[in-house]
Amino acid sequence: MKSFFRMSYPYLVWIALFIVAPMIMILLYATTRSSNGVITFSFTLDNFARFFSDPTFLKVLWTSLRIALITTVFCILIGYPAALFIANLPEKRQTFMILLLTLPMWINMLLKTYAWRGILMNFDLESEVKVFIGMVYDFLPYMIIQIHTAIAKLDRNLLIASYDLGANRWKTFLKVTLPLSVPGIISGITLVFLPAVSSFVIPKLLGGGNYVLIGNLIETYFLVAGDWNFGSAISLIMALIIIASMYLTKKLDRSTVEEG
Amino acid sequence: MERKKSVWNFFTSGYLLLVLAFIYLPILYVVVFSFNDSKSMISFAGFSTRWYEEMFQNREMLESIWYTVLVALIATGVSTVVGTVAAIGLSKAKPLVRTIALELNNLPVLNPDIVTAISLMLLFLSAKIQRSIVTLTLAHITFCIPYVILSVMPKLRQLDDNVAEAALDLGASPWQALRKVIIPQIYPAIFSGALIAFSMSFDDFVISFFTAGVDVQNISMYVYSMKRFNPSVNALSTLIVIAVTLVLVLANVIPALRERKNKKEEI
Repeated sequence: MKSFFRMSYPYLVWIALFIVAPMIMILLYATTRSSNGVITFSFTLDNFARFFSDPTFLKVLWTSLRIALITTVFCILIGYPAALFIANLPEKRQTFMILLLTLPMWINMLLKTYAWRGILMNFDLESEVKVFIGMVYDFLPYMIIQIHTAIAKLDRNLLIASYDLGANRWKTFLKVTLPLSVPGIISGITLVFLPAVSSFVIPKLLGGGNYVLIGNLIETYFLVAGDWNFGSAISLIMALIIIASMYLTKKLDRSTVEEG
Repeated sequence: MERKKSVWNFFTSGYLLLVLAFIYLPILYVVVFSFNDSKSMISFAGFSTRWYEEMFQNREMLESIWYTVLVALIATGVSTVVGTVAAIGLSKAKPLVRTIALELNNLPVLNPDIVTAISLMLLFLSAKIQRSIVTLTLAHITFCIPYVILSVMPKLRQLDDNVAEAALDLGASPWQALRKVIIPQIYPAIFSGALIAFSMSFDDFVISFFTAGVDVQNISMYVYSMKRFNPSVNALSTLIVIAVTLVLVLANVIPALRERKNKKEEI
């Protein structure tokens, strides 16, 4: 079967060139400083120290996390009932509903956000509210689909058993459906919270120029200030936060599975 | 009891309709206002197709559509071929090699777009490669291949190894075995991988924004860089909505029709 393995050589080269090498570049830039455009390859952690010692940057980081968190909470609050109700529909209508939910996901995010800009022009809202509407709109379908998949996989016999044992609908939901759908909520969170932390298009288009999230900060340092070293450090910090939260949610997921 | 149930059903359907209304609101909005006779985004002044006419005269916009489609087609073609072949190769690799390769393959999927974007930009800049449509296409291929592999890999795991083995024993070259034995069995997974790759490339903003040259912009970049509100964008969005709907309906209807035909033949 070695002859088959050879077929992956081109892609292994591609990985080295376009996935591994670029990541090394970020690491390299983040841990060095540039002087007059010539990179001096002396290791430094100054770029990271600069980020964590400046309250302005910490505030941007906090805003990004807060907005991503609130977006996620709203997606769960709106999405959970929707997923539950869809799961209770007859099977053919379930498929149709999911298709209806997926269709807009294929349409360019910028065009949809641009449309929201037009709609929201009609209302006098705070820019933060506008950003929330845009974010929840963009991520809601992912949350609904993840939770729906978890609920649809549920063994119906468990529900019947719960009713037979005298539990009413509400109690059955709290004791059976909800705990067993937690993995769906968790994978929904990874699909909403993580990209929401780094999003910078929606805040810029809906929040006006004065709304700075960590993504906007990275953009500024690369394209306006031209400080690639500091920009690399910021994106590395963000990537680490995201990897850490991914690890935490995975752990959470495992512990709920073990309990159940 | 019966009455209570119907009230509940009424409530749940109402809720789902509200969610759908929220999700379709911007789409409905662009379609309606693309036919608006005035520049206003607030009031509808009567039916007209002026924004469609304006769109077809807007050189910059047409160019962005052309670049978007061109890059998406090339990226889809290359990533589908490279990704499928790589997935088949990796499925026969030593477990350690396969695990490492697949973990690295996941990086562009898991990494925030902006990290992938600046990592590629830094690569091009430090290699002194001018950013252009070439670097843009290379970047797109890079983030499309992982989706093809993620789509094809699970299907490959279900395949019976012995069939490919038998083809080799019967004297087929690996390429023949690939073309005649393996690919026909995983064709639907390749197709859906290609579809995901195309839409990923077509919709991308962040990675394109950092890896394209100054003279190249795709639709997303064009919309992002627009200084003033331009209703021609509504016309463009409407055309994209129609195209996406058609493709999705076809992608869902064709397999269903084929299945029905197969079932008939079985009978």
